Amino acid sequence: MKILTGNDLRTGDVVWWTGYDWSRHVSDAAEMGDNAPDVMAREVAKRVVNDCYLVDAERTENGILPVHIKEKVRATGPTVRPDLKIAPPDPAAGNWVI
Amino acid sequence: MYKYDTYDQEMVDTRVAEFRDQVERRLAGKLTEEQFRPLRLKNGLYQQLHAYMLRVAIPYGTLSSKQMRMLAEIARKYDRDYGHFTTRQNIQYNWIKLEDMPDLLADLASVEMHAIQTSGNCIRNISSDQFAGAAADEVADPRPYAELLRQWSSFHPEFSHLPRKFKIAVIASDEDRAAMRLHDIGIQIVKNDAGEIGARYYAGGGMGRTPMIAPLIRDFVPAEELVSYAEAIMRVYNRYGRRDNKYKARIKILVHEMGAEQFIEEVDAEFEHLQGQNIDAPAAELERIIGYFEDPAYETGLSDEIDRSDPDFAVWLDQNVHAHKQPGYAIATISLKPVGGIPGDASSAQMDVMADLMEQYSFDECRVTHAQNIVLPHIRKQDLYAVWQKLVDADLASPNLDLISDIIACPGLDYCSLANARSIPVAQKIAKRFADIDRQKELGELKLKISGCINACGHHHAGHIGILGVDRKGVENYQLLLGGSGAEDVSLAKITGPGFDEDGIVDAVEKVTDVYVAEREDGERFVDTYRRLGMEPFKEALYG
Repeated sequence: MKILTGNDLRTGDVVWWTGYDWSRHVSDAAEMGDNAPDVMAREVAKRVVNDCYLVDAERTENGILPVHIKEKVRATGPTVRPDLKIAPPDPAAGNWVI
Repeated sequence: MYKYDTYDQEMVDTRVAEFRDQVERRLAGKLTEEQFRPLRLKNGLYQQLHAYMLRVAIPYGTLSSKQMRMLAEIARKYDRDYGHFTTRQNIQYNWIKLEDMPDLLADLASVEMHAIQTSGNCIRNISSDQFAGAAADEVADPRPYAELLRQWSSFHPEFSHLPRKFKIAVIASDEDRAAMRLHDIGIQIVKNDAGEIGARYYAGGGMGRTPMIAPLIRDFVPAEELVSYAEAIMRVYNRYGRRDNKYKARIKILVHEMGAEQFIEEVDAEFEHLQGQNIDAPAAELERIIGYFEDPAYETGLSDEIDRSDPDFAVWLDQNVHAHKQPGYAIATISLKPVGGIPGDASSAQMDVMADLMEQYSFDECRVTHAQNIVLPHIRKQDLYAVWQKLVDADLASPNLDLISDIIACPGLDYCSLANARSIPVAQKIAKRFADIDRQKELGELKLKISGCINACGHHHAGHIGILGVDRKGVENYQLLLGGSGAEDVSLAKITGPGFDEDGIVDAVEKVTDVYVAEREDGERFVDTYRRLGMEPFKEALYG
């Protein structure tokens, strides 16, 4: 499956497309279908999220997660600073990455 | 240290106002990201893996306590209470908000700092010897020459759109503490037989995906022609450097492909052409700058005796304190490499402690080192124990300078969008494996350097032991390199063979150190034993 990501213009935060808005939590990400190019074009035109692109993802026991390690780290925060991790709904999800 | 004049301050203040307007237009949607990106990069603001990252310039690594306190305040006010000191003697913040940038830059400007030329294809912040002005082995303080080049290169219109980024290092001693010959231009300030100060120029060095050691370009350029000779090199690079392929655009590729001899001919011709064009600063200007770097008011008649009765203090003293040119004084290095910590990171509270120590004990000055540590350059020997006690309280007293746990590591995949693998966790695991300080001291000087990608921000080619993280089919993999050095015995490390996973690379490091311990001769460092024996015994231990 594909999910859509970008960075919030004001904060630079990693954000994920939920189907109707952007969320900082990858667990909120929506699976993108054929409408992905239209959504990307529309959201880029709004100029509130930078550098939109699609990433490969999969449903896991911890919810939706990107497949590649770089996107996993992007989704959850630096592995070396647990105190700075993005709080997911599942408190144990801080250990997802590696 | 150098103080801004009205021109310096006006340039920086004007840039803040200009960027404030650009940010407002971007936030209002009047600029696209494509239009805005080059503008933010000119102010050191990158989009990194998790957020915006701001890189702040620290010219030749020198800071006052007022500046260090401001760096701490910025960490508290605009970031997440910490900063990361880099291998280019700068500091980076990892969680900056775009909307805060104008006020942040204004705060920096209030203490004569900025983030200009910390990104893009221009002449970057100029680095230098962290012991400058304090070392007994230097012919002069290199920083006035670095400062002169900083002023020449700042906003230089001819060199704002180079083929690629451009890095200069300036030292003034035979001992190279700044990896000088691994820079685009390396300058060693020297004295000629007549006792005149001048510059020995090297050009075409660098790390990255194609590491090269800079060849000697000119043995002596009179100090008054320092700028025009640099300009001649830049013009040759700007004219002939490749712009069709970013991976072949650095000056090292030009020097290599053209050949050093022809490159020198081109530079000499350009240098000749520049004669009489008043490129160089008047002698009075160099003297004015030198005046800012004169020795502080050292006390005389101080004792050189140090009470070593506290054994923990004695360990730190032996490892982290160096001789000073002034009797009664010493150079103390604060390690930002606690076992299990993140190399180069300091909390805002730690920065405040360091600022206090600078103000109280070190003539208000510190230096950031390319090895991601902090130097207090002028400490009275009688104050060393008090300084050490305060460092202990702040978790800043790791006695591991130049030992295996004093690891250079780039931010890696934990922060960097270019990285392929994480660097920091590997550094932490190695430091924990060798945590016993007696074991580290037994291994002696051992420079271990880790990069999370081929761009080599962690200087892995220059490590006695180097580690390069790569992406192998979506999995982190770590290549081991041996035999590099960024010092005066400069050399490039070679890959041992197939890579290792995260735990395997820690085991591999231990195996090569075991070979060293078994095979070393009297007085040999790890790298000396490697050079004597070659790669084979190490490969045998690693791969059987």
